[in-house]
Amino acid sequence: MNNKRQAYLAAPYGLWIIVCTIIPLLFILGYAVTNDAGKLTFDNLLAIADPVNLKCLMLSFKTSIITTVICLLLSYPVALILNSANIKNKSFVVFLFILPMWMNFMLRILAWQIILSNNGLLNSLLSALHIPTQHILYTEKAVILGMVYDFLPYMLLPIYNALSRINNDVIEAAKDLGANNLQVFTRVILPLTKSGVISGIIMVFVPALSSFVVSNVLGGGKVMLIGNVIEQEFTLARDWNTGSGLSIILMIFVLLAMGITQKQDNAGEGGTLI
Amino acid sequence: MKKLAKKTLSVLTTVLLILPTCFTMTGCEKAEDNSLVVLNYGKYIETDVLKRFQEETGIEVKYEEYESVEDMYAKYKAGSIDYDLICTSEYMIETLRKENELIPIDYDTLEYYDNIDPKIIEMSSSFDPTHEYTIPYFYGTVGILYNTTMVDEDTVSSWDALWNPDYDNQIVQINSQRDAFLTSLVRRGYSINSTDKTELTEAFDDLCQQKDLVYAYLQDETYECMISGDAAMAVCFSGEAAMGMEYNEDLDYCVPEEGSNVWIDSWFVPRTCKHYDAAMKFLDYMCEGEAALENFEYVWYASPNLYVKENEDEETLEDITVFPTDDILDRCELYVSYDDEMLDYTTDLWKKLKAY
Repeated sequence: MNNKRQAYLAAPYGLWIIVCTIIPLLFILGYAVTNDAGKLTFDNLLAIADPVNLKCLMLSFKTSIITTVICLLLSYPVALILNSANIKNKSFVVFLFILPMWMNFMLRILAWQIILSNNGLLNSLLSALHIPTQHILYTEKAVILGMVYDFLPYMLLPIYNALSRINNDVIEAAKDLGANNLQVFTRVILPLTKSGVISGIIMVFVPALSSFVVSNVLGGGKVMLIGNVIEQEFTLARDWNTGSGLSIILMIFVLLAMGITQKQDNAGEGGTLI
Repeated sequence: MKKLAKKTLSVLTTVLLILPTCFTMTGCEKAEDNSLVVLNYGKYIETDVLKRFQEETGIEVKYEEYESVEDMYAKYKAGSIDYDLICTSEYMIETLRKENELIPIDYDTLEYYDNIDPKIIEMSSSFDPTHEYTIPYFYGTVGILYNTTMVDEDTVSSWDALWNPDYDNQIVQINSQRDAFLTSLVRRGYSINSTDKTELTEAFDDLCQQKDLVYAYLQDETYECMISGDAAMAVCFSGEAAMGMEYNEDLDYCVPEEGSNVWIDSWFVPRTCKHYDAAMKFLDYMCEGEAALENFEYVWYASPNLYVKENEDEETLEDITVFPTDDILDRCELYVSYDDEMLDYTTDLWKKLKAY
């Protein structure tokens, strides 16, 4: 009776998933394995082997891996500091994390355009200080910066959550048993926050891999990621089949990446317990 | 099959998006009602003119706008709305003409068609060879918008300026395949409509070499970038250049000596037209002098309407950014649309360049 009722309550979500995720996915799959004439073909999937597409895919991997690593290196220490800081209202910390998301994502990226441009805020400041100006906008550096800026909260939040859930008694016990600070960190804190780190990695790496908006705005048409290639196939080349084929390939890579990290998580001792 | 599936899908999505408007659109099926469905570029008409037309004729105009030529094609091809009149770029008109999507215009019913400059009509031959389908609305050129504090006029009199290493990281190339290739083709003395693959490959190699110097490939943001002085020169359309020059006195516009592209945006009647008579009235109204003048003063692209040229002040007429001189027009070519094979070939080159 209760189960039935629960199933009934889940119906709107089920419908949503079917209409907005499963059916479009089937369409994409349909386009991906057919050609212009509607005949079955694998050419669209094999299009990834084309040197240009492959190059863009590699660039996507490069930028998203760098983005993920930078996010991790920035987030972990901050999460540690915030967690140990003597802030009475912990929800205020979470509020700080979410604050940037109050502003529309496109606006924030456009703001970077103004900051980084040749005559932008940054270069005005640098030249006022007699430091050589930098050429950052419309390069890979700008794209990575934009992604880090955009995805940072998604790394910070899960790590902070994992940290805040560690019971202080565990750390004290470790210290009682003779562990020094470094040992407490590597043998206790790090393993206990592994699940947070892994969900952070997934939440940053996956959108970074398929992103095309950041590279459009901050790449100035010079940085072609696989996401941009797919977008162009749909719009400029009007070739929905190749676009869909490449999308499927990208999805496979995303699933693989998630699978690998998830497996790492399961293998970890106690990681999933938290 | 693909076409059918694509059509079904786009119809489905468009129906979902358009549904609310359709309720107000009584003219969807029946032709007896006094209305007109018009599709035009965004910000491409003075709204007062539109209002007056509706008041004077009693025809209710359902006016829709689009962003890019590709958007227009997708909207039209989705088929969920029966457009009566469309205004778009010449090469897209040529594509549609080849797809048999155009209906001849009954010029005899137009009182003010004589206002249209015969020279511009003559130039329209490349996409409307029999002169029965189109009426020119605005035209302009592709050239270099440059900052006079950083670049002198002599430099930009040749497309070579865009390959000048002195301007490293100061050059904005246009983010549109045909216009970018045009700069490179014309510089080498080839036609902007070249389909010779060796010529195109040479142009492509040049563009790859240029990419190191390019600050960005932009289109809509070009004039903002130039206004703020972020770059020394930018390839852009004359209308955008005029817009940029309004905000920054240091900017100037030039069509290099080697030649360039002249484009003509024209009206045509698509096969979906259900209100032909009303469409003719609208076209006539667009050709009428005062309306054309108002439209010109709002849009600020070159108007093919002779009445506008007679009634504008000297300064405006001499502004080559707005009205290209005959000398400039003589060295410019119109685009001829690529066939499917060439389209694939050039799109591929463009992609390679962007990933280079």
